[in-house]
Amino acid sequence: MLELRNITKRFGDVLANDHVNVSVRPGTIHAIVGENGAGKSTAMRIAYGFYTADSGEIAVDGTVRQINTPHDAIALGIGMVHQHFMLVETMTVAENIVLGAEPGTTASLDLNKAAKKIRALSDEFKLAIDPNAVVENLSVGQQQRVELLKALYRQARLLILDEPTAVLTPQEVEEFFAILRGMREQGKTVVIITHKLSEVLAISDDVTVMRDGRVVGEVKTAETNAAELARMMVGRDVLLRIEKPDARTGTTVLSVRELSMVAADKTRRLDNISFEVRAGEIVGIAGVEGNGQTELIEALAGLLLPPAVSGATDFEGRNITGLDARRRKELGIAHIPEDRHRRGLLLDFDLAENSILGVHYRRPAVAHFGNVWLDEGAIRKHAEQVIKDFDVRPANPDLPARSLSGGNQQKLIIGREFDLKPKLLLVSQPTRGVDIGAIEFIHRKLVALRDEGCAVLLVSAELEEVTALADRLLVIYHGKIVSEVDPKSTTNEEIGLLMTGGKLSNE
Amino acid sequence: MRLLRELLFPLLAVVAAFIVGGIIVLLIGDDPIQTYRLLIGSALSWPDGIGYTLFYATPLIFTGLAVAVAFRCGLLNIGAEGQLYIAAFVTAWVGITFANLSGWLLIPLACFAAIFSGAVWGAIPGVLKAKFGSHEVINTIMLNFIAIALVSYFTQYYFKAKGDPIMQTGLIGRQDVPAGMEALKGLNAHIPRMGTFVHGFPERIPLNIAFIFALLACVLVYIFLWRTKWGYAIRATGANPLAAEYGGISVKKQIVLAMAVSGGLAGMVAINEVLGYRYRFYEGFSPQYGFTGIAVALLGRNHPFGVLIAAIFFGALTRGQLFVDIFTQHVSKDLVLVIQGVVILFVAAEVLFRGPFSRWGLLKRSKI
Repeated sequence: MLELRNITKRFGDVLANDHVNVSVRPGTIHAIVGENGAGKSTAMRIAYGFYTADSGEIAVDGTVRQINTPHDAIALGIGMVHQHFMLVETMTVAENIVLGAEPGTTASLDLNKAAKKIRALSDEFKLAIDPNAVVENLSVGQQQRVELLKALYRQARLLILDEPTAVLTPQEVEEFFAILRGMREQGKTVVIITHKLSEVLAISDDVTVMRDGRVVGEVKTAETNAAELARMMVGRDVLLRIEKPDARTGTTVLSVRELSMVAADKTRRLDNISFEVRAGEIVGIAGVEGNGQTELIEALAGLLLPPAVSGATDFEGRNITGLDARRRKELGIAHIPEDRHRRGLLLDFDLAENSILGVHYRRPAVAHFGNVWLDEGAIRKHAEQVIKDFDVRPANPDLPARSLSGGNQQKLIIGREFDLKPKLLLVSQPTRGVDIGAIEFIHRKLVALRDEGCAVLLVSAELEEVTALADRLLVIYHGKIVSEVDPKSTTNEEIGLLMTGGKLSNE
Repeated sequence: MRLLRELLFPLLAVVAAFIVGGIIVLLIGDDPIQTYRLLIGSALSWPDGIGYTLFYATPLIFTGLAVAVAFRCGLLNIGAEGQLYIAAFVTAWVGITFANLSGWLLIPLACFAAIFSGAVWGAIPGVLKAKFGSHEVINTIMLNFIAIALVSYFTQYYFKAKGDPIMQTGLIGRQDVPAGMEALKGLNAHIPRMGTFVHGFPERIPLNIAFIFALLACVLVYIFLWRTKWGYAIRATGANPLAAEYGGISVKKQIVLAMAVSGGLAGMVAINEVLGYRYRFYEGFSPQYGFTGIAVALLGRNHPFGVLIAAIFFGALTRGQLFVDIFTQHVSKDLVLVIQGVVILFVAAEVLFRGPFSRWGLLKRSKI
């Protein structure tokens, strides 16, 4: 159905795609896996006309085609759903779907006709979407289905999905896969870009593995397994399971009592949250994104303060409710933020300057005359230490943070925060957008920190990550802690149910 | 390598501007080579050309630095004009009110007044932004009008010499000198001109030690921004306020601090204009130094040393324009405006060649 032949694409010095060959059979679900920066999205964007290849050709149904713009791709029956949805929240489903291809004459817009067609499509593929619903009232999973409808409405025969499950709960993933299987039965072809091996094995027929811009493997899903795929992706054997001894917990480090947070728009984001974290344990917070995790971590880090936040927070027996981020950091609370570009890094600053974010005003970053002057030598040494301990590559403190890959940026942040010798670590999405090799490294570091007696509060959208790392697991739903479970004895399905507001039957 | 990349665009912009200007000269009917020879020659002749070029550059260094410091904090200070107006008036007021102080006291006091009043006026939009989140562009523009109206009012009703048709204050410094010593009039408030201590440099050229202050200011701003914890906090805020906040930096404090420093730098224009040149405040003394400062900062890539070079370039154009006006057949001094405009256009267009908009990947974003 779709063939990329010898596609090469270069961005500046970076060879994003190096003679990439992908062949998608019609009526199949084809997974493209690889670490971040492996070039999988680039290849698919070339197929969709977002980028043009420097060399190579694209064949659709066996005929070589020029795809210079997404318009060309759509005309050939290729649709793409991006990781970040491209929907106008205040408009209805139908309005969103016809956007750019409005039916009717120039002067009039025939939405009813469109709505009818959308409803038919929705029924055909069991998407259960009401064309007249307003997008902002839909769940993330539903919005994703609107994106699918958008492509189907434009008569796509081949759908390219970029990391479609990143935003979904386990249940939603199951439903979503059922939809994809349904589409395959109806004769559609699906290309799914992902880095989650379990999903590849669950849904796909064929797998193309990419690494460093090259295709390193092409296999039938039935004939492979997770370990083999991981080895191809990373280029070496990877430990997929986290090995950790039982926690040796100590005294209570963090004690949160009746923490609530009301946002500027008067919505209650945190609702009477109480829990404790003890030294030497990792407490995980599981929940669908947007259920208050961000606010919880920011409130604990001192980035959200009273009066927006109410309730009491004790750290090592001391009330820190009113302390700002700097004071809390000084007490020994480190914070690895969920979004490294938004919060964690100064992308245009070099690694050395980034390594002192949060401690720039105290020794060793400053020296001489009243601790005002930045001590370049000490900062550099500090940065080199972090870079070395956390294997940040390339190991050059003069490079701007922007030039590093996501995994290395994350390692720099983690190294910086670990260097504070924290007593409490607040860590959010530690491995989001990080490649498998670095994930393994980060997980080992987190467990090691725990074993040194640090209290760790971990938020992650990856259910597998929290269940594997956490010693105790709290489930958050609509700003409330709805349940505490033992991650060892609870299945992902059970946790997924709690995450969406359900109850376990034995409760 | 990095330095080269930083310089590439401003240089290209200047070259392009001269080419465009040359074409216009050609269309008007003069010889571009001849015109440029005149322009550059008159700006670089010794001592008058160099002297006036640097004299015109001095206020632009201050305003360029002012805009650059604010920009490093992520703020657009369009209010340098108002800040330097306030500062010039306050400086003149100090020079008049404390006219009988010794020069050793009066001049430092007046300099301090220039910086302090500019800083206060600059801090106002900073505080407004920090407290209420109102946008500094709007507020600085508004405060320009307020500043100019305010000082006009005080000049008109309190400080204008009786019967003086010009909107100006009296002269600064001691005026009641003993008979026969009229040469000393006001001297205790005047900062020395370069001619008094540079051998062979005529004293009639108004270039004064404010230019030295401007050079010092460049160095100090550099040290402040890149070598102190305060500068780090300001730049971090400008680079990513959310990350700065995460790093325990109070974004609000940085906004106020950066705007105050910016205003203080703009206020230093008063040292050159009031203490070094006109010895009084008069309305309309600034040919929009504050706004030209934005262009200077832009061309100088918001770096103190870039600002210095850009300000001297603009100073040279200002010096040369008169000669172009007088000694060419058809070309008027507006040629310089064309050149300035095209420079800015090209520098601003750089966005198209960089960062996420880059289609050609010619240039990558980098530090400095």
